[in-house]
Amino acid sequence: MPNVTAIALIPLLPLAGFLLLGLFGRKYFKNSSGIIGTMLLLASTVLALYTAYEYFFVYGKVAGVYEKFVALQLTWLEFSPGVSIDMGLIIDPISVMMLVVVTFISLMVHIYSLGYLKGEERFPTYYSYLGLFTFSMLGLVLASNIFQIYIFWELVGVSSFLLIGYYYDKPSAVAACKKAFIVTRFADLGFLIGILILSFSGGTLDFATLIERLTSPESNEFKTAAASTFLGASALTWGAALVFIGGAGKSAMFPLHIWLPDAMEGPTPVSALIHAATMVVAGVYLVARLFPIFSVAVPGVLEIIGWVGAVSAIIAAIIACTQTDIKRVLAYSTMSQIGFMMFALGVSNYGGEAGLGYTASMFHLFTHAMFKALLFLGAGAVIHYVHSNDMKDMGGLRKFLPITHITFLIACLAIAGVPPFAGFFSKEEILLAAFHNNMAIYWIALITSGITAFYMFRLYFNIFWNKELPSSAKATKGKEGGFAMMMPLVLLAVGAAAAGFIPFGEYVSSDGKALHAHFDLSFSIAPVALGLIGILTAFWLYKKQNDKPTKLATSLGGIYKTVYNKFYIDEIYLFITKKVLFNLIGRPAAWFDKNIVDGLMNLIGNVTEKISEGIKKVQSGKVQQYAIYFLGGVIVLAVLFIYIWK
Amino acid sequence: MQPGLYHILFLSTALFFIGVYGFLTRRNLITMLMSIELILNSVNLNFIAFNKYLWPNQMDGLFFTLFIIAIAAAEAAVAIAIIINLYRSHNSIDVENAEDLKY
Repeated sequence: MPNVTAIALIPLLPLAGFLLLGLFGRKYFKNSSGIIGTMLLLASTVLALYTAYEYFFVYGKVAGVYEKFVALQLTWLEFSPGVSIDMGLIIDPISVMMLVVVTFISLMVHIYSLGYLKGEERFPTYYSYLGLFTFSMLGLVLASNIFQIYIFWELVGVSSFLLIGYYYDKPSAVAACKKAFIVTRFADLGFLIGILILSFSGGTLDFATLIERLTSPESNEFKTAAASTFLGASALTWGAALVFIGGAGKSAMFPLHIWLPDAMEGPTPVSALIHAATMVVAGVYLVARLFPIFSVAVPGVLEIIGWVGAVSAIIAAIIACTQTDIKRVLAYSTMSQIGFMMFALGVSNYGGEAGLGYTASMFHLFTHAMFKALLFLGAGAVIHYVHSNDMKDMGGLRKFLPITHITFLIACLAIAGVPPFAGFFSKEEILLAAFHNNMAIYWIALITSGITAFYMFRLYFNIFWNKELPSSAKATKGKEGGFAMMMPLVLLAVGAAAAGFIPFGEYVSSDGKALHAHFDLSFSIAPVALGLIGILTAFWLYKKQNDKPTKLATSLGGIYKTVYNKFYIDEIYLFITKKVLFNLIGRPAAWFDKNIVDGLMNLIGNVTEKISEGIKKVQSGKVQQYAIYFLGGVIVLAVLFIYIWK
Repeated sequence: MQPGLYHILFLSTALFFIGVYGFLTRRNLITMLMSIELILNSVNLNFIAFNKYLWPNQMDGLFFTLFIIAIAAAEAAVAIAIIINLYRSHNSIDVENAEDLKY
């Protein structure tokens, strides 16, 4: 049975860190806050690993199936008997896997930040925000009901907002954090409505009950939900689609991805933790959590998910080829890889062999967390060294940053899908799942993985090769980051290199039964060959400084410009919001508010004021005047009573 | 000629309007108080007259009058106390100086 104390402590320790450092950090822990946060998270990580070991190898497997356990169920908010919002801890393969990922990556980022942000003025604040984020992300992962997941969903949104805006004296960071918050909030509106529809039709908020009721065609709830329709789609379809919109917003799926590249304004370790490895995969996790509903009850929505994922993957990959800010390249790469996870879920079925996409998606989530966090932390080490985000300022850094160079290369090989690195295995599984279910998506994915290899190695060659720096530069620029920054890089590099060998299907599958993936070597030829072509193209274009890339860009002309400007999606949003919404709805509404609503209120106010100005004079303070009014009144009344109202 | 009801009513009405006139025109608070007493006494006269000429067998009007005299005495005491206090603070018993009491 699950060890409730250990599991509950995993999210509570970072929360304690947040409260401690947030309340007293600036006063008492000016210098030690980093150590405190890291120690608490280390304890959390150990507990998460212990829980994972216990779950996967001791009690989790019952009769060959990994069971779902609800380790703790508390009534948090009771409206009336029977109607309440609970807080629970769910333990099943994906939540345990996510526990390990979140705590491990967060620990790496905590350690890394000790070096990266050394000497920052707001060091304790930074660590308290990290604690808040880790707590909310773990709460999201462990949520046992859909409302709890929503609460923590918003909490990670807030902590992401706070961390993107960490450099609050930089206007671009302030704009970026607002943008991220507003775009994800907009998507969360869909999520909330989806929750209301699903829980209303299911009659419960609890995941297990909800899934059970909404996936069996005999249950009353299912019949009612499938029968009530709106605009030609059933309530169930609407609910599931709206929940997915929330997931798409958080996971930066096209067309709600615009916030992610801008979110790179935050400190680089934050980008590694939140905008690469953990928070942005929350959408994937949400779809996986409700996967039985998607795949059994509303396959149409699942197909949409597949296409959204595939389109996001290829668009982001194309944009990534033209960006020059290394963090933005990584941001688009993240979006592309999350697209892979999404469409892997989209092409999956529930149960057995057909559930390969589900396993592949979770597997890719796991390996991606390793190598993408490594890429970001490596990019952080580079930025720390050259004090710039732009590729133009880099080049030939392999001699100056040897450890960063090797680990970055491993991560690039992993994401490019070169065997035997981690990305190869998970991407292969995804492609296999797509191949069996949807050929169109398979081709998109295949091309995308080729482009992925190209842009990653474009990044790699531009940072570490290309221009040769004079060796005298070494003296002026100083050393590579210290032990605190290098240790996470090495650990993550080990993960990125070896995580692929975990027999993931044994532990995580759509129905809990072990899934043995069949690897066909001949199937891997196409993606690996495409990947190598991508790498060689990047080698040819960027190994040495030359004018080939510029020539290529000029020959592509308009296409290059369109891609460089990210397909003008931001501009389209600006046009829609600024020109269309502001002019057609905002301005008229403002006019109405200013002139009609305010005018009415002003009219009432002015009339009252004028009247009272007149009445005020009556109260003069002259007693004799009062007596005259009184006398006059009495005479009038007397006349009335005597002559008129006889 | 025996005085009848109308004579007395004429007297009391005259008294009443003399009182009202005094109350409205005098500036001295003591004079105004005296005017009020005139008004009250005109009312008393009315009571007595009606009692005597319309219901001679009953004593209601008489008792009312006694009550009004008692209350008028109390009222005069209170009014004079107020006037004294006003004099202490404003150094005058002119009604126009008491206008600021409205604030």
